[in-house]
Amino acid sequence: MIGAEFVPLSLPPLLIGVCAAIACALPGNFLLLRRQALIGDAISHVVLPGIVLAFLVTGAVSAWPMMLGAGFAAVLAVVLIETIRRVGRIEPGAAMGVVFTAMFAGGVLLLEQSDTSSVHLDVQHALYGSLESLIWLDGLGWASLLDPQALRGLPPELPRIALTLIFVSAFTALFWRPLKISTFDEGFARTLGLPTGLIGLALVIVAAIAAVAAFDAVGSIIVIAMFICPPAAARMMTNRLEAQIGWSVGFATLSAVLGYVLAGYGPLWLGYANAVSAAGMIATVSGLLLARAAGFGPCRTRAGAPVEG
Amino acid sequence: MTLTLAAADGRPAPAEDLAHFPLAIRGLTVSYGEKPAVFSVDASFHPGAMTAIIGPNGAGKSTLLKAALGIVTPLSGQITCYGRPLARQRERIAYVPQRASVDWDFPTRVIDVVLMGLYRQLGLLGRVRQRHLDTARACLDRVGMAEFATRQIGQLSGGQQQRVFLARALAQGADLYLLDEPFAGVDAATEKAIIAVLKDLKAQGKTVVVVHHDLATVRDYFDRVFLINTTRIAEGTVAEAFTETNLQAAYGGRLATAQMGAAV
Amino acid sequence: MTGSTILDALTLQLGYNASLVAVGAALLGFAAGATGSFLYLGKRALVSDAISHATLPGVGLAFIVMVTLGGDGRALPGLLAGSALSAAAGLLCVTWLTTRTRLSEDAAIGAVLSVFFGLGIVFLTIIQAMTAGRQAGLESFLLGATAGMLRSEALTIAAGGALVLALTLLLRRPMTLASFDPDFATASGLPVRRIGLAMMGLALAITVVGLKIVGLIMIVAMLIIPPVAARFWTDRVGHVVLIAGVMGGVSGYTGAALSATAPDLPTGPIIVLVAFALFVLSLLFSPGRGVLAALVRHRRHQARVHVRQGLLALAQGQPIYEHLTLRLMRRRGLIRPDGVATEAGRAQAARALLDERRWQILRADPRHEAAAARYDGLTPLETLLTRDQIAELDRTLKPEAVT
Repeated sequence: MIGAEFVPLSLPPLLIGVCAAIACALPGNFLLLRRQALIGDAISHVVLPGIVLAFLVTGAVSAWPMMLGAGFAAVLAVVLIETIRRVGRIEPGAAMGVVFTAMFAGGVLLLEQSDTSSVHLDVQHALYGSLESLIWLDGLGWASLLDPQALRGLPPELPRIALTLIFVSAFTALFWRPLKISTFDEGFARTLGLPTGLIGLALVIVAAIAAVAAFDAVGSIIVIAMFICPPAAARMMTNRLEAQIGWSVGFATLSAVLGYVLAGYGPLWLGYANAVSAAGMIATVSGLLLARAAGFGPCRTRAGAPVEG
Repeated sequence: MTLTLAAADGRPAPAEDLAHFPLAIRGLTVSYGEKPAVFSVDASFHPGAMTAIIGPNGAGKSTLLKAALGIVTPLSGQITCYGRPLARQRERIAYVPQRASVDWDFPTRVIDVVLMGLYRQLGLLGRVRQRHLDTARACLDRVGMAEFATRQIGQLSGGQQQRVFLARALAQGADLYLLDEPFAGVDAATEKAIIAVLKDLKAQGKTVVVVHHDLATVRDYFDRVFLINTTRIAEGTVAEAFTETNLQAAYGGRLATAQMGAAV
Repeated sequence: MTGSTILDALTLQLGYNASLVAVGAALLGFAAGATGSFLYLGKRALVSDAISHATLPGVGLAFIVMVTLGGDGRALPGLLAGSALSAAAGLLCVTWLTTRTRLSEDAAIGAVLSVFFGLGIVFLTIIQAMTAGRQAGLESFLLGATAGMLRSEALTIAAGGALVLALTLLLRRPMTLASFDPDFATASGLPVRRIGLAMMGLALAITVVGLKIVGLIMIVAMLIIPPVAARFWTDRVGHVVLIAGVMGGVSGYTGAALSATAPDLPTGPIIVLVAFALFVLSLLFSPGRGVLAALVRHRRHQARVHVRQGLLALAQGQPIYEHLTLRLMRRRGLIRPDGVATEAGRAQAARALLDERRWQILRADPRHEAAAARYDGLTPLETLLTRDQIAELDRTLKPEAVT
């Protein structure tokens, strides 16, 4: 597979897939420990109404307004969930279910009502993206990586998701301590003067940014799978948060690479001519990795309830 | 009988006197829903003393502490720490929450939890240096947990978890220590270890406030008591305030039950 | 779309198929609301999300199998059977992950729904290749589509709706007991585990029947939104189930009927949005737990606390520092603008202090334990005790305290 076509056809989607997977897995670790794993699910559903709205406002399919729209929808959803949970005293899972289904329904309705048939904007695309189509025609070989002329022809999704990954990593590194302390013991964090509410909101917004950027390139299934599966598998490999983050990055990378390769080449090996959805395959591989960790991970069960007395 | 009413006994401390107290509470009301858990409470915790907050279950003991720390939002009232608003005095306060308030399945080690107490020194990005580790180890040593430093926290017994929390508070190097039911569900060895550390703190001139539920040990452990049952019932030295009458006022019909466990 | 078409739609005059679908959606909505109530009260609302997403690989696989066997890949019963099987597998995975590993239920749900959904998409792309670009029509399972539905499909939906509703009604009593108080139910010999399984099976059946109408992404709304909305109106399990059922039925019926009036009104979203509108109304306006009512109560409670604290301070000659207290007392004419108590203020303050002292004595007296538990700093003792009882309390007060 490291043939002449690797650089133009496989390298960009692979890199995009890996960046998207890691960008989602990083905040996913904290969401998992805060019992907010399904926030990723909610966010990825409300991305659809966000981009439809952005399209209706700007009248064009361009990346930045749509990402803004999706980001706005994600933040709105989070605020709505939090408001409904607090003022209505409703358990978080149910509040989430109410908000994201209603917003998703609104998105579908808007989409049907507006004339978007002429442009490439449809629900299927929103769900499973088109990782395979993100090719680099100017990339004629490894040498092109040093050719500024050719680099300009890279799919714009790649720099976007790379920037997002840098941003998410920087956020995690910079606020590592407050994130860790407030996730473990919120009351104690407040007595230290840490703004725990703000930290929680920032985490969710960063997750939303990662989701929106990843969604732009690879669709929303990967987003949900990468928020949950790599961190969950990583949790069963170690009892230290630092190591858990490392494992989750490893699992995310492995899922993206293995999933992409299996989707592109697996059917060929089996004798079929057509590739299958890379996004779907990446999610499937992450699930297999999780199943493996759940069956054999050294820290897969609870440490046991503390002994009383 | 002496009438000790909500905001009634004695004159309120004039504002300038508040600076004298490590923790002073005026007119504090906290409601959950439409029922006040704490109603119009005044309290002044004396410097260098060990004070027990006592009262029956559901009397608002923990709520009082949490409101004093800004963990729950009060409906009315003022809280000062050494005469100044709490937000500016956080480095002088250390808090030991109830053991059950956190998820002990969290992926971290004992020493990491104690290092959390050094957050104010370390800041966002400060590197953990040898001296920080030494401080954390010394704090663990003071509570008799030195050999557990690299244990996963979920593998500890209840008493050991409580001691780790205390070590974290010690690492904060504060002047005022607030503990929420530190003796609940712990073994006798832990109780002894904790009380030794607290007495040690007092000897260093620190102020210790403990939400406490065991009436039998009040005389042995504490200098002062604060009796609460939604409102303040009494406040003073153990000799002044820990009286049959005041206990009767705080516990009402539940006094007999509360004392049953107490082998006085 | 005119008013008369809407009326036609709501009165089932838009054709046989559309009417069948509307009736089916109403029955299904009722069953979903009722069954969802049991899930919600058992705090397992989002399990339905895992179930619904886990149907997709089953749909795809069933299509592939039926085509491979030489049949029509789009036969609805086959697709529904496949979806039921894979949803059951997803449910098993959730249970296995939560009981056998350290993962919490929400993480298990998220993992299962995303992985199964991803696998389903993989199958869909295989099908696209098999049918060589011809639309297999399976995408309609994602978002639901009732337009252009076959007579047999509409009949399947109506019959399926009736069936799940009948099952829900049949299992209503054991499910109420098992979700309201599992310990009591176990103690009284009910097979709680099996009832739980039946409940999941019912949710699964509703999902499968609803796939064609609302699609697998939004079907969970029919299981979650009506129960959450119904919970605002009552505290009784039986009533929650009934109200949620009615709300679900109304959403299903209105949604299906409205969407039949115009081609650009997809059924699923309309049903979900009608349910959501009912939820918003409940959230804001229900008298007990609604937001507006709670807000009014909170403000009133806050004012009572501040005024009472202010009166007690007045009675004891203490200064009042809080601005809100001062403002409230001025507005009630209890103090003058300069902060000095008015005649009325002094009288009320004395009454408040006397009341507080009576409470003090009462609460220390073991004989009054029941009344003492009612103490909240606000309730006047006169509302709880008889005149004679209060007179007796007053005898214990020091004479100078009663003024």
